[in-house]
Amino acid sequence: MQNSLRGKKRPGEKVISSLLFLSAVISIFITLGIVIILAKESFLFFGSDEVSLKEFFLSKKWQPMIGEFGVRPLLNATIMTSSIAMLVATPLGIFVAIYLSEYASQRVRSVLKPILEILAGIPTVVYGYFALTFMTPLLRLFFGRDTVEIYNTASAGLVMGILILPLVTSMVEDALSAVPDSLREGAYGLGATKLEASVQVVVPAAFSGIAAAFIVGLSRAIGETMIVALASGAGPNFTFNPFKAAETMTGYIVRISGGDIGYDTMDYNSIFALGLLLFLFTLVLNIISRIIVKRYQEVYD
Amino acid sequence: MITPSNVLETHLKNRYRRGTFWKVAFYLSTVVAITFLILLLLNIINGAFGYVVVENSIDPVSLEVHGRTLEEMDPPELIGILETHLSRGLIRRYNHEMPLEERSEHEVLQLVYERVVAPKIIKSWTLFESLLQGSAIREWKASNSPQGILEFRTWLNLNFIRSPQSPTPEFAGIRTALLGSLWMIVITILFAFPVGVASAIYLEEYARDNLMTRIIQVNIYNLSGVPSIIYGLLGLAVFVRLLEPVTSGALFGLTDHSTASGRTILSAGLTLGLLILPIIIINSQEAIRAVPQSLRDSSYGLGATKWQTIWHHVIPSSLDRILTGTILSVSRAVGETAPLVVVGASTFISVDPNNVFSKFTTLPIQIYQWTARPQAEFRNIAAAAILALLVLLLSMNGFAIVARDKIRKKRRG
Repeated sequence: MQNSLRGKKRPGEKVISSLLFLSAVISIFITLGIVIILAKESFLFFGSDEVSLKEFFLSKKWQPMIGEFGVRPLLNATIMTSSIAMLVATPLGIFVAIYLSEYASQRVRSVLKPILEILAGIPTVVYGYFALTFMTPLLRLFFGRDTVEIYNTASAGLVMGILILPLVTSMVEDALSAVPDSLREGAYGLGATKLEASVQVVVPAAFSGIAAAFIVGLSRAIGETMIVALASGAGPNFTFNPFKAAETMTGYIVRISGGDIGYDTMDYNSIFALGLLLFLFTLVLNIISRIIVKRYQEVYD
Repeated sequence: MITPSNVLETHLKNRYRRGTFWKVAFYLSTVVAITFLILLLLNIINGAFGYVVVENSIDPVSLEVHGRTLEEMDPPELIGILETHLSRGLIRRYNHEMPLEERSEHEVLQLVYERVVAPKIIKSWTLFESLLQGSAIREWKASNSPQGILEFRTWLNLNFIRSPQSPTPEFAGIRTALLGSLWMIVITILFAFPVGVASAIYLEEYARDNLMTRIIQVNIYNLSGVPSIIYGLLGLAVFVRLLEPVTSGALFGLTDHSTASGRTILSAGLTLGLLILPIIIINSQEAIRAVPQSLRDSSYGLGATKWQTIWHHVIPSSLDRILTGTILSVSRAVGETAPLVVVGASTFISVDPNNVFSKFTTLPIQIYQWTARPQAEFRNIAAAAILALLVLLLSMNGFAIVARDKIRKKRRG
């Protein structure tokens, strides 16, 4: 009797677990697909006579029409918009997080956190509309219509900062609330004020989480597309002036692929080469953030 | 003379003052963040309402016959008007598309308005301008467009939702885009939900802690951080190009080989499916992890097999969280723009999509294209389309909350 029960074969169980395993493996194939496709098209791009790796990284011109493929203007614009975004999102995000985690009452928090979630749930194209119809006119009002072009990296960067703000805030807030109360109480016991306890004890204790938030935010800013596509202008431009139009890497990809694009042309291959660069940037940033969290995380019991 | 207690007191005062200063700074930062959200919303509302000056090529009153307005006329009379005012070639073209006699009264009336009355927007104002500078606007109208009609317009109206795309903002609507979004989302869910939940079940219930599992897990986290535009490139190379016979429907004989193109709803939906898959997996894993171990143990104790335990106990008790997570990821997909531009959304289509192999446009794509146009009227309809998109997203999230509560109640009851 016991034996017959134990011996009962259940082929269905095996089939189901294999199916589940297959589903889980799909995610590996997505990564493989991304890597293979980006690598293959980039290989075609760099393999052609028109462009060399040296030219790609050193030339200051990106003009596919005349065979100039220097990534620096696009890269420069990406760095400009992301830096401006991080200049907005980092201090603001950390301040808001400190307020939410250390100062705000339970009731205030329960109102504010959903509001930040709403901000995080708004599609990026809406932020693009905001940049073009609100931020740009505002900048032109402040700094004069002659200094600020209709399309400029400042407007895109500022609005991108607002976009990233909820992400940074929620990550920093998680890190701050993970710090145990015993540390705060210890600080108060030594006579610290609320500010001193927060800034000199809690914030350093949550440093790894804050650093990770910064890096994840930066990686998000580098890959952000619709805001720059709408607000920072079409056409590569090597400039450090934030009030001038300059196209970012993502902006270029969207503009080129939005038109009718023929397969296996230089244009087609070039967007994959830029995609590969973008993929590597964000991958490295994501890995760094995970290492920081893992290695420097204080362990509290 | 300074005594130690004095020193302490001045120090303490300074420390408290500093504390108050920073407290205000933290508080103000929060206020600034909320102000941005309010500005963002106000800016959209500002664009979606306001005065417009419209000039008709022909006054509709002059078209009235025996005092009957256009709305009261029969289709034959309306067709008569079309025939007298439009060139014969144009009439022939319309008849070729679909004979005028066979069109519904609404369509013919629409045609009369578009082609004969042909209103043109001369100028439009935002809501704030309309509220604050009403008299200046009326003066402008009187001096610049005396024959025009000044009206207050709600750009997001029933006609706007019902009309297909059009090159003139006056008649443009989001019907095609809205249907495109819905079709696409169905594909996305059909792919990402089962695969995502299955992966999560495997990782939480079956996987042992070995190298393979760790690779899968790290890989999923990394995928969730890949910029969405990269998924667009993946979709372009794989679904649009490599799998063109499948995604264009040519393999199934649904489209001609000559006109076949992989830039279809199917390609778009699958691309977004890949995009939200990692998020669905991570959310579902958290949901499954929250199911107490005791539930599984008691199921095993009663002699259930592993799958019986998962199907009858683990999934039902984590379903509420899984669904909420899924709907949140799906609403992210609904708002995605960049990958769809890369995959090849159509810049202009006015026919409703009728299967998954149709060309597509979606609401965010429409918003992007209208926002990119320099004319103010296009900004107005972009704002109206944004309002429609936000309403759609809000109702999806609302639905998620209601569904979650229903499931929870059922489980308890």
